[in-house]
Amino acid sequence: MEKTATLARELNIREMTLHMGPSHPAMHGTVRMFLELDGETVVSSDVEIGYLHRGFEKTCENRTYHQAIIYTDRLNYVSPLINNFGYAMAVEKLFGVDVPERCKYIRVIMSEISRITDHLTNVGASAMELGAITAFLYMIKAREVLWRLIEEVAGGRGVTPSYVRIGGVKDDLPEGFQGRALEAFKVTREVLQEIHGLLTKNRIFVDRTKGVGAITADEAMSYGFTGPCLRSTGVAYDVRKAQPYMVYDKMNFEVPVGTNGDNYDRYLVRMEEIQQSMRICEQALFSMPPGPIKIDDPRITFPSKEDVYGKMESLINHFKLFMNGHGITPPKGEVYQAVEGANGELGFYVVSDGSGRPYRLRCRPPCFMIMSGVSRLVNGGMVADIVPTFGSVNMIGGECDR
Amino acid sequence: MEESLTLKKLRERFPASIIDTHSFRGDDTAVIKRVDVVDICRFLKESPDLSYNFLMDLTAVDYLQMGNSPKEGRFEVVYHLYSLKYNHRVRIKSPLTEADPTIDSLTPLWAVANWLERECWDMFGIRFDGHPDLKRILLYEQFEGHPLRKDYPLTGRQPLIGPKN
Repeated sequence: MEKTATLARELNIREMTLHMGPSHPAMHGTVRMFLELDGETVVSSDVEIGYLHRGFEKTCENRTYHQAIIYTDRLNYVSPLINNFGYAMAVEKLFGVDVPERCKYIRVIMSEISRITDHLTNVGASAMELGAITAFLYMIKAREVLWRLIEEVAGGRGVTPSYVRIGGVKDDLPEGFQGRALEAFKVTREVLQEIHGLLTKNRIFVDRTKGVGAITADEAMSYGFTGPCLRSTGVAYDVRKAQPYMVYDKMNFEVPVGTNGDNYDRYLVRMEEIQQSMRICEQALFSMPPGPIKIDDPRITFPSKEDVYGKMESLINHFKLFMNGHGITPPKGEVYQAVEGANGELGFYVVSDGSGRPYRLRCRPPCFMIMSGVSRLVNGGMVADIVPTFGSVNMIGGECDR
Repeated sequence: MEESLTLKKLRERFPASIIDTHSFRGDDTAVIKRVDVVDICRFLKESPDLSYNFLMDLTAVDYLQMGNSPKEGRFEVVYHLYSLKYNHRVRIKSPLTEADPTIDSLTPLWAVANWLERECWDMFGIRFDGHPDLKRILLYEQFEGHPLRKDYPLTGRQPLIGPKN
C-alpha cells in the first residue's frame, strides 16, 4: 500500500482534465465536454452546448406565421417533418381549427417515415462508433430509400422539406405512392433483419452497450427525459398514446419499453419503434380516406398554385396573405402543443398578440433535457464509453441549441 | 365552463397566491405570485391526486410590447408541468417586474430545472434564487444583454471575442 502511494507520488499521478470537443471527430454534434479523469474513469464531467445556437426563437418572433415554417425544418434536421407538423398544429390550436381527415393521415404517414429515418440514422451511427461500419452502411441504404419517398412528396430530401402549411399540407401524396412506400418498407425490414443479425447478439456490441450509460426511471423523469431515452427505463410515456393527436388514436401500435435504461435498451427500443412506425404507416396507407388536404378557409390557408395563376379571387387571396401586415392573424392567446418527436416530446408554446407574427414562439426541444442528464450518464464510466453513450441519446445540435 | 380539478385544488390550497386561472383551448393555466412558486410546484408534484412529476418546460415571455407596464410585470416565467399518472398538463405563470426579475429556483424539485433556468437567465436575464450555478448556457460569457428581451434588437451586434494574446 505504502509502496503504491510512494509510486503515485513519484510518478505524479493526479486527476487529469480533458477537453472533448467542440469539434471532435467522433461526436455527432458540436458539443464540448470537460472531463475529470482518474486513469480511464470519468470522475466528473460538464457539458457545454450552444455551438449551434442561431436564435431560432428570436428569428421566428420577427417573421410571419408561415415564414417560421422553414426555420422549424432546421430544429431536428434528421426528422424535420415532425417539427413542421408540431409547429403547424400549435398554430392551428391557436386558431381553434381542425384540419381535414385526409390531411391528418398524410401527416401521420410522413411523421412516421421521418421517425424511421431518424432512428435508422441514430442506430447506425451508434453502431459505427463501436466499430460496426457495415451496420451504418446498411442503415443508410434504407434511409436513402425513405428519403426518396420524402423527396417525392415534399420536394426536399432529408433536411429541408417544409412540407406543411398552416391548415393543411403543401400537396397531396403523388400517384402510386402507396406501392412505393410498401416497397420501401420491405427494403427497411430486410435491413432491420440484417442489423438484428449483426448487432443484437453480437458479443462485442452487447459487451460495449449493456449496463453502459444506465439511468433509473425516477432520475430520467427528474431530468425531463422523454422519447426512447425515457422508454428504455421502463416508463411507457409516448405522446402519441397518452394524448393522441392527428389520427394516432385510430392506429394499432405498441409502445416498446426497456428495463435498464442503458445503451443496449435504447438500441432495442429504437429498433422496435421502427417496426411499429412501419405498422402505423401501413395502416394509414390502407385506411386513408379521399378528400381535401387543407382547410377551406382563405384567411388561413394558401390557395393552390394552379388557382393563383388561373383565378382572380385566388390571386387576390394569395397576394393578401403574403403582403406585409396581411398574413394570417390568430386570435390573442397562448397555447402549448406537444407531439412525439423522434427524440421525445417536442412542444411548441406560442403566444399571440393578435398580429401576423408570433409574439413569442418557444420550442421545447427534447434533446436539451436529455443533454442536461448526459453528465449523469457518463460519470463513473470509462472514457471510451462517452462517445457511444452520447451517440445513443441522439443529441441533435439544431434542436438542442436552436 | 367547469374548472379542472388541478385549478380547483390550487385555489383551495393557495387562495392568497393565485392571481388568476383560465383554460384557453383546453390548456389549464394558473397565474401565481412569485413568492409561492416553489411551494405550489411542490404541492403539484407531491400531492397524490395530482402528481405532476414532469417539469416539461420552463421559459419566459417579455410582455414589453404587449402593453404590460414594467412595474406590474414585464416578464412572465412560464412552467409547463405534466402528470404521467393522470395524463394531464398544467401551465403555471408568474409575473415579474422589470426592476427585480427574480424568482426562486426549482432545482430542489427537478434536476432539469438547472439547465432550463440557465437558459432563461441567458435569454431573458431572469435570476433564479437558489440556483447552484446560474451562468449562460447557449451564449458565451462575454455576450452583452439578453437576446429574447423585446428591447434587444434583431440585428444586435456583439463585440468579437477571441483568444487573448
